[in-house]
Amino acid sequence: MEAGAVAQPSVLRRTRHLTDRVGDSGLLALAGAAAFIALLIIALIVWKVAAGAWPAIRHFGISFVWHETWNPVTNIYGAKEFIYGTLVTAFGAIVLAAPLAIAIGLFLTELAPHVLRGPIASLIDMLAAVPSVVVGLWGILVLGPFMRTHIEPFLHHNFGWIPIFGGSPSQSGVLIAIVVLTMMALPIISAVCRELFLTVPRDVKEASIGLGATHWEMVRTVMIPHVRGGILAGVILGLGRALGEAIAVTQVIGNAPFIHLSLFKPGNTLASQIASNYQGAGTNIEVASLVYLALILLVITFLANLGAQRIVHRFDTQRTR
Amino acid sequence: MSSVSLQATGRSRRRLVTNRVAQAGGILAALVAVAFLAILVGSVLQRAFHALNWDFFTKGPAVFGQTGGGIAPALVGTLLLVLIATAMALPIGVLVAIFVSEFAPRPIGDQVKLWLDVLNGFPSIVIGIFAFALAIKTKIAVLGIGHHQSVWAGSFALAIIMLPLVARTAMEVLALVPTSLREASYALGISKWRTVVGIVLPTAIGGIVTGTTLAIARAAGETAPLLFTCAIAGQVVSWDPSNSVASIPVTIFQYSESPDRNLNAQAWAAAFVLITVVLITSLVARLMLERSRRKLERV
Repeated sequence: MEAGAVAQPSVLRRTRHLTDRVGDSGLLALAGAAAFIALLIIALIVWKVAAGAWPAIRHFGISFVWHETWNPVTNIYGAKEFIYGTLVTAFGAIVLAAPLAIAIGLFLTELAPHVLRGPIASLIDMLAAVPSVVVGLWGILVLGPFMRTHIEPFLHHNFGWIPIFGGSPSQSGVLIAIVVLTMMALPIISAVCRELFLTVPRDVKEASIGLGATHWEMVRTVMIPHVRGGILAGVILGLGRALGEAIAVTQVIGNAPFIHLSLFKPGNTLASQIASNYQGAGTNIEVASLVYLALILLVITFLANLGAQRIVHRFDTQRTR
Repeated sequence: MSSVSLQATGRSRRRLVTNRVAQAGGILAALVAVAFLAILVGSVLQRAFHALNWDFFTKGPAVFGQTGGGIAPALVGTLLLVLIATAMALPIGVLVAIFVSEFAPRPIGDQVKLWLDVLNGFPSIVIGIFAFALAIKTKIAVLGIGHHQSVWAGSFALAIIMLPLVARTAMEVLALVPTSLREASYALGISKWRTVVGIVLPTAIGGIVTGTTLAIARAAGETAPLLFTCAIAGQVVSWDPSNSVASIPVTIFQYSESPDRNLNAQAWAAAFVLITVVLITSLVARLMLERSRRKLERV
């Protein structure tokens, strides 16, 4: 066979179909454009929200953040009580959800019978799929009355000397918002924990058991230290969800100024203030102030998520290496 | 000679007790989570029962104060919103996934993934405000007038929520398509784009479809993005995307805060419809995703 019989690459290129010649670069261009659009949308969101808040930023400056009044009559606005409410509800929810979620992660990887692991994990995932408006509906019409007649009197009676459990029980308030947010953050954190616990190498666990550790000692000294950073990331992801939840919180929190210590009384968060007031906003400066609240919320959740994602991605690359 | 007791005492007894307590704690935590779901779904079922009838699915809302009426406009509205949002998010999401898994160098792909996850974490209410600011131009001081809002704006907001979900699951599935398939295709002299369109995508299609279904289930239940973009609506069935329409989540939100008992009952019934659709679709999609993932891993 002669070497010349093999077609040269340049000849091949000429004979190829037109679609084949533009196809590769065409698909790359399309896909690249789509990725660019996705990133552009993120930039646009930040820019548009900042632009919408600009009149309020110019008018009130940065002191808006720690100013306490929200008064449409005198047109003076401040974010302090909403930031306070957001932080109290979100951290309250995390304090309840994180230990539960870690325990669930351990249950699903260590304790549950093998046949039950899949179904129970799916059920807990389903909890995350329930739309927030349905959780809120349940919160306002079922959980609220139950908390007022059962849980809150109990807490008040036994722990009333702590200021957060002072005050009279009510049907809508900060504590109910915390419970609702716990339900929403729980499945997110437990899903992350479960994945993490599955990555702990079997030999390390068995070595610990072989040295005479009890099951719990193995979990505490081997498994949890192995995935500590990842659990933190999962908790921050749950926190992000709790910080940004608007609808369910608006439904249950009562939407009233929150400058007291009692968790039984109504309060307000950044997201719930926006959701409950946006359509009724009368003046441009009030609308801009509401968008300013959205900007603050965006910055808080943005930082939280970015931090969590960095940890998660670091974990991923470590594992693939 | 005294017999040695196998009963744990002192320190080892304490360790065993701690172990038991910890195990009980784990079981209890899982029970709490499952109980949350059971109580939630149970309450909805129990309360939705009275308001569910044929009229509920075919009629518009009743005049204020009267009983009866239904949510037909909201059903149609949610369908329309979700369809248009899917039409926007699906092609872009799949293209982003193709970019990351087939074209982009590793560091760039990782950056795109990271920012998609960040977008996924944005509060939905902020996305609603963004869509409002972008799609709805208004110079009028009093905001939220009906004809400024539209299905387009609402769908756009929902599409932003769907995009990271669609793109991330598509990426995951595309990464599972075996390299050997691609190499076999190249060895036959098939160009890259034909390999992607003709071999890689068809192999991964099951996972992409179920990922999209999960995103749809999420978008169908979102309320916050619609509050500003598509909330003030007429009470008749409308198929016109340039109009604002009623939707199931917004209807539940409005009815839940109403003092009217009839409307509360309607909210429960609407919630029943919503969670039935959302839970069943996401359960089925999850099972199918798991199956197609396993199938791909076996190749």
